[in-house]
Formats: sequence, C-alpha cells, structure tokens
Amino acid sequence: MDSLTRRRFLRASGVVGGAALAAGAGGFGLAELLRTASKEPAGGLPGKTNKVVIVTLYGGNDGLNTVIPYADSAYHSARPELAYAPEKVLRLDNALGLNPVMKGLKRLWDENRLAIVLGVGYPKPDRSHFRSMDIWQTASPGSPVNTGWVGRWLDGTKAPVEAAVSFEPVLPPLLAGRTRVGACVSYRGLALPPWIEPGVVSALGRTEPDEPAMQARAAAAYADLISMERVVREPGQTIGSPEAADDGVGPATGTGAGNALAAQLALVARCVEAGVSTQVYSVSLGGFDTHAEERTGHEMLLTQLDQALTGFVARMARTEAGRQVSVVVYSEFGRRVRANASDGTDHGTAGPVFVLGAPAVGGFYGEQPNLTDLDDGDLKATMDFRDVFGTVLSSVLRADPSRYIDDYRGSVLPFVRSD
Amino acid sequence: MTDDVALLLRRAGFGPTAAELAAARQSGYSATLSALVAPPGPDVGATTAPVPELGPDPYVGLPSPTPAERAKADGARKTQTMQVTRWWLDRMIVANHQAVEKLLFFWHGHWATSVSKVRSAQLMLTQHRTLRNARDFGDMAHRMVVDPALVYWLDGQHNKKDAPNENLARELFELFILGIGQYTERDVKEASRALTGWRAVLDSDRLVFDPQHHDTGSKTILGTTGNFNASRVVDLLLKQKACPRFIASRLWFRYASSTDPIPERVREEMAAAFPAPMSMLRALFEADAFRATRHTMVKQPVEWLVGAIRQLGLRPAHLRQDTFTQLYNSLDGLGQRPFAPPSVGGWPAGPAWLTSAAAPIKLNVAHTLAGLANPGRLTPEDVAYILCVDKWTDRTYAVLRDVRDARLLLTLGLVSPEYQVT
Repeated sequence: MDSLTRRRFLRASGVVGGAALAAGAGGFGLAELLRTASKEPAGGLPGKTNKVVIVTLYGGNDGLNTVIPYADSAYHSARPELAYAPEKVLRLDNALGLNPVMKGLKRLWDENRLAIVLGVGYPKPDRSHFRSMDIWQTASPGSPVNTGWVGRWLDGTKAPVEAAVSFEPVLPPLLAGRTRVGACVSYRGLALPPWIEPGVVSALGRTEPDEPAMQARAAAAYADLISMERVVREPGQTIGSPEAADDGVGPATGTGAGNALAAQLALVARCVEAGVSTQVYSVSLGGFDTHAEERTGHEMLLTQLDQALTGFVARMARTEAGRQVSVVVYSEFGRRVRANASDGTDHGTAGPVFVLGAPAVGGFYGEQPNLTDLDDGDLKATMDFRDVFGTVLSSVLRADPSRYIDDYRGSVLPFVRSD
Repeated sequence: MTDDVALLLRRAGFGPTAAELAAARQSGYSATLSALVAPPGPDVGATTAPVPELGPDPYVGLPSPTPAERAKADGARKTQTMQVTRWWLDRMIVANHQAVEKLLFFWHGHWATSVSKVRSAQLMLTQHRTLRNARDFGDMAHRMVVDPALVYWLDGQHNKKDAPNENLARELFELFILGIGQYTERDVKEASRALTGWRAVLDSDRLVFDPQHHDTGSKTILGTTGNFNASRVVDLLLKQKACPRFIASRLWFRYASSTDPIPERVREEMAAAFPAPMSMLRALFEADAFRATRHTMVKQPVEWLVGAIRQLGLRPAHLRQDTFTQLYNSLDGLGQRPFAPPSVGGWPAGPAWLTSAAAPIKLNVAHTLAGLANPGRLTPEDVAYILCVDKWTDRTYAVLRDVRDARLLLTLGLVSPEYQVT
C-alpha cells in the first residue's frame, strides 16, 4: 500500500541525464496534435495506419501475481502470504491464471484478443529501476545509449514530431532519438483563470528570436496553455485541480488524482478517433514497487490497469481507426520469486508482456520460466524483450527491426495480425 | 561582473531581495561568495522562525486505535505536516544565511524521503534536524543510515536477518553515496544484510535495534570482507573514490546545470573539498564553467515561490490559514511540496517544471501574492527592480507596458519567462 518510493520523474531526476530529453519535454500541445489530423490521408484509406500504444508500468510489476502459475507448488511455498489460492485465480489454462481482479482482461482472453508473452527479460538482469527501465526503453542491454528504440525509428523515418506522443508528465527516453524526439503532451486538466485576458497570456507565450532556450520554453508553456485549454473543455474531460495528496489512500497517490492511466488512454482514444497521424503513443502507470504489504496495493493497481485497458480496447473496437491500434504492456522487471519479510517482494527479473486490441492474436507466446530452476532466487528469462519490440517494429510500424535494435537476432512473433 | 553577482545569489539562495542584490554588488563577487558559504555569526533573521514544537505523534498511546481515533489522529498528522511545511518555507524566507537554507533543501531532495509514506511529521522534522546539524557529508551519511524516517521510507524496519529487504541498501549505493555503476548486485545484497535489525518507533527520534534480527555473519562488500554493520558499511562507501565525485555531480546538477554534465576539472576541484559541502559549493561557484550556465536553470517551484515571497516582503507565518492552504496545495499541484518528494529519486529538473499544466497554477499563486503585497503605482522597470530581473525581453516589456493595474503588473512579472529561469 505504501510502496510509492519510486514512481515517475525517474529519468528527469537526472540520475541519468540526456540533452535530447530536455529538448522534447513540454512545448507541444494537444491542440497542435489534433491539428495534424487529416480526414483524407494522402495515398491511403482513412484510418488504415497501424498504431501502437506502449504502456509502461513503473516500479517493477510482480509478474508472478499477475499471470499466476497457480498449479505450481513452488509458487505457493515461495510466497505463502502473497500467493493466490488456485480457486481464486482466473484460469487461462491448466497452469496459469490471471490475478482475480483482472476480470476485463480475462474477457479479452476468452475473445482471443489478449496475447501474453511469457518470461520476458534480457541477459544479465539489472535490478536498478533506472537502469532496467533504460534498458527496456533503449533496447540496449549491453551498454547505455541515450536514444530509445522508438526515437531511433523517428530518426530513421525522418518522422514529424507528432509521429510519437507521450501523455506522461515527462518525456520517456523511449521517444528520444538522436535528431528527433517525440512530443510530450501533459494530460492534466487546464483552465485559464477568469481574471486574465487570454490575449495577455498569448502575448507572454511568444518566443523571442534570440532568447535562451530554457526561457523560450517557459514562454511556450503559455502558448500551449491557450491552445490546449480550448480542447480540454470538452464533455468527458475532467479538469484537475491541485490538492494536497498526502493522505496516502493508495499507491497511485502522487502520480495524479484518479485513474491516471485511464485519463491518458482517453486522450489517445480521442487522437485516434480524430485521425491524428501519430503511430506510437506512450502512456504509463506508476506505483508497482511493492516492497512491503504488497497484496492490497498491487490489487488496486491491477484493477486500475484492467479497467483502463479494457475500457480503451472496447472504445477502440468501435471505429475503423481504432481497430488498427495494438496495445503493449510491460514493466522494467518482475519481482523476486520469494516474498520478503515485509509481505512484499524485492526487485526481480523476467515478467509477462501483454499485447491486446483488435489486431492482437490471443494466446500464450513463449514459455513460463521454471520456478525451481532459478538464477540466484530469480526467474530466468525465456524470451528476450527485443523479440517483442522487434515484432512491434516489424508488424505494426512496418520497419526492419535490425535497423533500430542493435544486434537484433530475434524472430517475429505472430502476436499481431499483419494484414 | 555585476551580473555574475546576481547569478550567484539566485543560485546559491532562494532569490535575492533588491536590497540584498544592491549590497552584494557593492561588495563584489568574491566577498559575496565568502559571505554566502561561510556566513559570519548567527543567523539573526532565522531566529524569528524557531523550529515548531509538535509534541508527540498523534498515534503515540494508541496501540489499537478505533476507527474514530484513527480518523482523529490522521487529521492531526495532516495538520502537523502542514505546520512544519509552513515553518520551513517561512524559515527559507527570513533566513539571512540563504546558502545554508538552500543547501538544506538540496539535501532534502538528495535523501528524498516523503511524509506520504512516513506519515509522522515528527519523524520528518527529526530528519530535517539531522540534515541541518550534520557537520559534513560523512557525518550526515552516518546519521542518515539510522534516521527513522529514511529507514521507514525504504522499508528498513522489515529488513531482517531471515529475509533481508534490499530497498535501503540499494539506494545507499545508487542514489545517496556512490551513484549507479559503482557496485554489483552482490554488493547490494551483502550490504542489506549489514543493515538488518533496525526499526523505527513513533515515540522516539532514534531507531530501535533488535540484535536477534541483525545478521552478524561475515559479508563481502566492494571486495572487502568483514562483519559489517550499518556504520561500517557507510565508512566503506565514503572511502570509495566515486563518492566525492558523485556528490560533486549532484551539486552541479542542482546549482549549475541539469542538462550539461559537470566538467571534469570542476568535479575534481569539488571532490578535493569533500566532505565539506560548503567548500565544495565554493569550488563550484568559483569555476568559470559555472558562470557559463547563466539562463539554463529553471527555478524549481519552491525556489520560485520562496524567492517571490522574499522579494515581495511577505511571510508565510503571517498569512491567513486559507491563503497558506492555497499556496500549500499549489506547491502540490506544481509537483514540489517540501517533505513530499515524488520518489526516492527526488524531484525532476529543467523543462519538466515548464508544463502548460503548471502555468495556470503559477498564474493563480502569483495573483494571490501580488494582491497581498498590495503595491502602489508601478512601472515595468519597478517590477524588474523588485524581482531582481536583469532586463525584460521586448515581448514581456510590450505586455507589461499596456497593463495599468499594479497587481496584474506584478503578477505578470512573477510568471514571466525571464523570472522563471536563472
């Protein structure tokens, strides 16, 4: 419940810095984004562009209590206080089941629209949140690089800024390329105070030609405020008001009020339905660092995840453009097989990746790691995460994975229909 | 040269008043720097903001609280948290020793511990005193490894011989003392064993040590084998070459540039002054590379707010409760409330503070402060003088020139792009 020691802003805290990141954060508004929408895309059928939404679960999601090896006695003996009884889990087959709170995802599984890639990780696991998240986002486990795999795809395709969009407060390294960065659009509610003329704020938002970059960015925030303010005042958009969040009601405290993931996905849905040309969306949910008293907090997070994802998939199924959208859900690592003395789990290694949406081909991919053949108490990964992201590049973005992932030796997994 | 003095005051403290800036320009860069890092005599201004006496934590004496008692105690904790926050903001404003207060805020972000999990304002205040009273970084690290709030925040109370919890050990290596890449997973596991046996209790400002939960076995950390305990682990980490350099780079990140890495020469000069943080800061501020970072740092929300309140001659302690509550909630909305960092990684920096979501909050806070300051007639030049802004851009000047209302004029100065960057 109280495990909110690490959340977002991780990259921005500057423990690992990056000038390209600084260049991308802020400065791009939802209004600008929606303006890029064209009703009749050149040389193609409307809405026939594949899109992917990448959902990052910050903190290290406990994969073993998400896709549960309920029939394995080793699971129950390693974490007696945390393990779910076999009759409680939502069974997917005779070995694995979903956490009891993930009823929506179970429904998608039954409809063959949920793919689960098992045991995903990378060689020589790193248990630092920062480094491990870097590895997933840069797709470079061997040595640190300062570009993300989506960022390199932006470089390689000379993509416009709106090709990749993050609705997180801070631009993730995933979307940072060498010469290009994705757009970062805040999802928070915006409202102009009544005592000021919008024209005055607009005027403050003009940048001067020879202004220092950071000062120009401060100005751009006002231009952005004016343009986004109009869009956000729509039915269904909640206008957030700041309130002190120290009552510790749940692990999402401090990551934003309410279901922050659902809010971000609502913005994605709106962009997709409006025909925005963005092909990669990045959204996130934090709070998965469950070192202590894990059960309640983790269930609350998985409930949020389940509701946000299934609501989004249902909405996307209603339009042609929406039916081109795949969703990929990952976390920087799983957690230790054995519980610690705090009814929680410490940082671990491999975990499951979810792929869902209309283009997803449901079912299991890869193998569940063996719970008795461990590497110093941790699962051995059975699938390299670059195979998953390589498949996204190849089957969704129609790109050659080896161009954007160094030492790519993966094979394309058939979890996305490529028609 | 005079502009360098303004830069120095903005970075080393929370934002100079017009009078402070004028005096510093008189004395010059070198004397101003000396007065900042080695202030003579006691801090007279700070004596008007004594540390509050909170009394015992509301949960003390409630071993099994009823729901009603719980609600009451939670409410009391919330009030106390607001009380200590109000006190600290007030202290930042009235302190004459600005560099001392700013450095303390740096340390708070470094050992980033949040009341949202710790819950007890008393324990947060104890940690604050510990940071304030530490002689140097070495002393600070020794005190912090057994600081109740930090240990509780990082699950140290659950770290026992039979089932170690690595959270605290990992952050000692990664975020607090050495920096990433200077240790192995094995070092983290071994060090967590050395830290076993401590737990926080609400009615004491010291941890309780349970010998039966402490792992007395031999541990091998960073190539050294021995019967390490918490203090000896800290000794070992402090002896590493990486430690002074890591602390130097963290100071650079907050005081000089959050985008450009610390130049090697500055890093070595700062590391040579380790473990005295003020001496390290002196080396930073004396470096030419520091002056080259002008206009690249975005004010953190606390810097922005505290600087504004100082320059307008206000005090949090004298505000009406509802006005202070608005400021308190606004800091939360801006993403930086003292005693409540978002994660153990601390607060972000740079353009992360310049979102369009932050803009309306800043507008409202500035409007409130400008109303309290109750200015008479003002010109754009007056506003620049009060806020110690070197010069308005043509853009901002054009906006300010047409404003007749003094409160609005001051508000716009406070939210101007020029004022938000140092």
